[in-house]
Amino acid sequence: MSDEPIVQMAGITKDFTGVRALESVDFTLRPGEIHAIMGENGAGKSTLIKVLTGVHAPDAGRILLDGEPVRFHSPGQAQAAGISTVYQEVNLTDNLSVAENLFAGREPRLGPFINFRAMRRKASALLDQIGIDLNVAAPLSSYSIAMQQLVAIARAVDFEAKVLILDEPTSSLDRDEVEVLMRVMRKLAGDGVAMVFISHFLDQVYEVCDRMTVLRNGKLVGDWDTDALPENELIGHMLGREVETLEAIEHRPDRWPPGDAAPLVSAEGLGRRGSIAPFDLDVREGEVVGLAGLLGSGRTETARLIAGADRHDSGSLSLDGSKLRGHNPRTAAARGIGFCPENRKTEGLVPDLSVAENIVLAMQAARGWARTIPPARRDKLVAEFIAKLDIRPADPHLPVKNLSGGNQQKVLLARWMLLQPRLLILDEPTRGIDVGAKADIQRLVNELSDDGMAVMFISAELDEVTRLSDRIAVLRDREMIDILGAESEMTTERIVDTIVAKGGEQ
Amino acid sequence: MSTTTLTERSDRSTLFDGLGRYIPIAATIGLLIAMYAGGLANYSNFDNPQLIADLFIGNAALLIIAVGMTFVILSGGIDLSVGSMMAFSTMALAWMTVELGLPAEIAVPVVLVFGTGSGMFTGAVIHYFKVQPFIATLAGLFLYRGLTLQISDRDVSIREIEFFSWGMDRVEFGNVREGGFSLPHISFIAFAVVIIAFIVLHYTRFGRSVYAVGGSEQSALLMGLPTARTKVGVYAVSGFCAALGGVVAAYATRSANPLAGVGLELDAIAAVVIGGTLLTGGSGFVLGTVAGVMVMGMISTIIAFQGNLNSWWARIAVGVLLLAFILLQRFLGRSGEKRKT
Ligand SMILES: Nc1ncnc2c1ncn2[C@@H]1O[C@H](COP(=O)(O)OP(=O)(O)OP(=O)(O)O)[C@@H](O)[C@H]1O
Ligand SMILES: [Mg+2]
Repeated sequence: MSDEPIVQMAGITKDFTGVRALESVDFTLRPGEIHAIMGENGAGKSTLIKVLTGVHAPDAGRILLDGEPVRFHSPGQAQAAGISTVYQEVNLTDNLSVAENLFAGREPRLGPFINFRAMRRKASALLDQIGIDLNVAAPLSSYSIAMQQLVAIARAVDFEAKVLILDEPTSSLDRDEVEVLMRVMRKLAGDGVAMVFISHFLDQVYEVCDRMTVLRNGKLVGDWDTDALPENELIGHMLGREVETLEAIEHRPDRWPPGDAAPLVSAEGLGRRGSIAPFDLDVREGEVVGLAGLLGSGRTETARLIAGADRHDSGSLSLDGSKLRGHNPRTAAARGIGFCPENRKTEGLVPDLSVAENIVLAMQAARGWARTIPPARRDKLVAEFIAKLDIRPADPHLPVKNLSGGNQQKVLLARWMLLQPRLLILDEPTRGIDVGAKADIQRLVNELSDDGMAVMFISAELDEVTRLSDRIAVLRDREMIDILGAESEMTTERIVDTIVAKGGEQ
Repeated sequence: MSTTTLTERSDRSTLFDGLGRYIPIAATIGLLIAMYAGGLANYSNFDNPQLIADLFIGNAALLIIAVGMTFVILSGGIDLSVGSMMAFSTMALAWMTVELGLPAEIAVPVVLVFGTGSGMFTGAVIHYFKVQPFIATLAGLFLYRGLTLQISDRDVSIREIEFFSWGMDRVEFGNVREGGFSLPHISFIAFAVVIIAFIVLHYTRFGRSVYAVGGSEQSALLMGLPTARTKVGVYAVSGFCAALGGVVAAYATRSANPLAGVGLELDAIAAVVIGGTLLTGGSGFVLGTVAGVMVMGMISTIIAFQGNLNSWWARIAVGVLLLAFILLQRFLGRSGEKRKT
């Protein structure tokens, strides 16, 4: 392993209209190292990657690859030069098959023609290597975001690049997949590949990274060896302030003596064939019910049934004790069930509309298009939620597509919280959100539930689920296997044990 | 390495997922069969195979142009300049051969190169200057029509040019009087275009990036696909096909009409959409376009057989069909989105 840097970026400055995303940032990457870029939402991490890989042109600064000055004009050129990237949003084309996505642009060919058979074979082999089993001929759209994320990673890994960049690759993955990914990363590092890893999961960063570069508000704070930078100092560097408040959110014990209040929403034998086995679940006013389980265990499916996003084919759902008929997203919203889906890209935001417009969208829809919200009230509400969720830049008129990934997620959350539904279903609400903002969101969930809102909370992070939830429904293989409610049961270990134990029985 | 394998099956079977995108084209073919069966039941002589063959004679130019349009629409764009480009090509051929006395063997390649080149230019304008395809090609629609009328504002005959007699020479399949049929050479040009387009779209990298760009241009770019080349490429293909349509029109009519192909771009778009290609790009088949052209031809044929309807009924029928197919796509699109849980 040589110590000659493979990538050197010096004095990188990037302005977007009105925003300085990067200001004179330096970054050095060496072969065989796994290098984290850390920073709050909007700190400029993704922008730095995009400047390196030719998506954006820098306004100032130099980039050296292997000591040679380079300037890429498209991600294709960067790829050809040996820099392979998984960008933050899963960027694949879901109208094509899994295999085509894996090999787009470098399909195995016979003469000028694509050899589909060889491509499918190679695709299966590649996915097999990282431990996933998909029908590679099926369109990518038939798989969940998490699977799509894995496919994107597999695609990038297969380039045999000198530099591999992963911008929040693990945001929708579970422990198992993260384990697999880390194993792959370590192996590549052993082979001398230089890697950039961006993540808001500090434990993952500490587990796998050798060095860290910290950005704050588009400026370089510094770089450190991982060993030399304890977690609280790192957070201090990221946020630019001391952090005693962060861990202050504790599980609030026994707010809900079991069986006390009448259920707000209750599912009896609710199910949908091929999606989730029939289950019973009550959610009471002011209660936070967590859904825990591995990827593909049916968490999202459960939420979609209750939210009316999918039609159930067995059982029934009641609200305030009366059975719901004709349950669909519209009627659900009218009845006070708000659903914040996990895929902000295709199901959530309208990229060209402003932050304010995106925030009031659902509220406007609920009122009907004829009754517009008075502008003064609208501005006040928007400002309130921008402040509460710390959306940055705090400019309600900015098109939402210009926000960083984490801040887009906050906009989506604001939309549903604004509606003040009676039951709020949050599917992976903290995905891609930085440590500070995560705590803000958790606090907000607590606040809302204290005010009597019922919340269903889905997260791959078990800590988060145990911290917030009053009860936890555990899922496995598209079946609800247990509901944990006693105080002693609300631990990560207990959830994992439950999942494993039920697996063993079968 | 890993002991666990992560498996995920979509909630519907993957077979269904795979077949979902064939529903529109299946609907088109079903419609075609139904129309043919209806014709057989109601009119005598409808069983003459020449009837089907005729669909590929009158519509040869439309078919070629619609194939080019398929590329553009699959990539998420639109090309309104094709009708004018076709008329311009025919007129330019007439001018070069009749007025300048150039041999047709030179004039034809010149016209094809010009069509391809101006398509590339349009594509470059669309891609690099981020001009809406609708606007950029609308400019082409006016420009080429203006140039055509500039050359001549009345019909120019090319009957004297020997070269153009080849196009309508017929190849017979069986005895025409005893259940056989015949096709002129221009139909074979159209078939060749379809076959080549099919192979290019499905079996080459260029073809697959057309689908990728149509699915999501942003993603295609970030995946490192050559989006610039792809977008310029589809307009080049469309320009080439329009020019070739002009050559075929020269063969078919042996004259150049400055007002030929007015509104043809809309017929081509209709054929593509009826053939099941999504107007927003990313999904569809060139063989669907063939079926779309046949459906439109079949409508006219049936109306001609009916005898008491005027030809505007064909327009009405096409309008109704377009609406039906757009609704079908919308419906399928919606159920497709649901699957992305
Ligand atoms: N295309 C764009 N146009 C305008 N502004 C942009 C654009 N892309 C990013 N920005 C702005 O640049 C800043 C940095 O964004 P960037 O996406 O790099 O943040 P990030 O560190 O990746 O954050 P996150 O953790 O949320 O992904 C933000 O203020 C964002 O609003
Ligand atoms: Mg980012």
